[in-house]
Amino acid sequence: MKISINGKETVIAENPERTVDSLLEELDVSQRLYVTVELNGEILDRPEYETTPVNEGDVIEFLYFMGGGA
Amino acid sequence: MDEQQIERYSRHIILKEVGGKGQQKLFDGRVLIIGAGGLGAPIALYLAAAGVGTIGIADADDVDLSNLQRQVIHFTPDIGKPKVESAREKMEAINPDVKVVTYQEWISAANINRIIADYDFIIDGTDNFAAKFLINDACVLAGKPYSHGGILQFDGQTITVKPKESACYRCIFPEPPPKDAIPTCSQAGVIGVLPGVIGTIQATEAIKFLLGKGDLLTDRLLTYSALRIKFREVPLKRRATCPVCGDNPTITEAKDELDALTVCDLKER
Repeated sequence: MKISINGKETVIAENPERTVDSLLEELDVSQRLYVTVELNGEILDRPEYETTPVNEGDVIEFLYFMGGGA
Repeated sequence: MDEQQIERYSRHIILKEVGGKGQQKLFDGRVLIIGAGGLGAPIALYLAAAGVGTIGIADADDVDLSNLQRQVIHFTPDIGKPKVESAREKMEAINPDVKVVTYQEWISAANINRIIADYDFIIDGTDNFAAKFLINDACVLAGKPYSHGGILQFDGQTITVKPKESACYRCIFPEPPPKDAIPTCSQAGVIGVLPGVIGTIQATEAIKFLLGKGDLLTDRLLTYSALRIKFREVPLKRRATCPVCGDNPTITEAKDELDALTVCDLKER
């Protein structure tokens, strides 16, 4: 199925069990324990990662910590 | 404005969005830059050149040789000098009209409210999460609009926050990552031109805010990849569960994030 990740169309295998949390693991997303996930325009609270399914056509943004400035 | 000033700001004054009135707004404007490093350098230079009347700059550090690859406000003979003094000299040399106020101290919960109180707009040019969260909290609680900026390696991001009106930093990141969870910047590196891009956008926001023109970078996180020259905007919304600007805030006064005092953390790729 197709989803959008950080603006890129991405094809992932069908998996009705998949949650946002398992997607992070599946894609080996960096900063996995700290990344913020926005799903279809709404930022998820971290406890929701494990309970939120990923559906065809979802628009997902991974937002990363960037702490530099000096 | 005297004749010299009319000439100095002539390229501003001929812009219909600025004009004499807008230039006067910049003169009357008060902007605080926290951090006189990579981001702070271009911000301080451009705001001084633009004629922002009062510019505060806060940093406790001295200029180091390893800063000069990107912190373009500091020159080789400045090594060892307090960064705020080095910055002040350049800002005043660019534009003697500008009043520069220096704060040679690290910001903390103990001093931030006093320091931001005198300013219309705050710019975060710091290099650590403790400071970034503290600035967000203090600005949101004091109702001070501010620009967040973060850089690392070849990537940067920035957002402008209008407290209680637009998404704040904690709407995106409710709490800092644990200390040492993520490697540091001195290990990870940063391409020298990157803070020039992000800092200049932050300075643009301050100027637009003072002018009251255009659309601020609110409710959207701008991300920039220098390796690919790609800008992206991620639309954001305020979050009802935000610990500082949400419906039931748990943070009601500025506090130090003691678990996040690692300098300049890494976005692993």
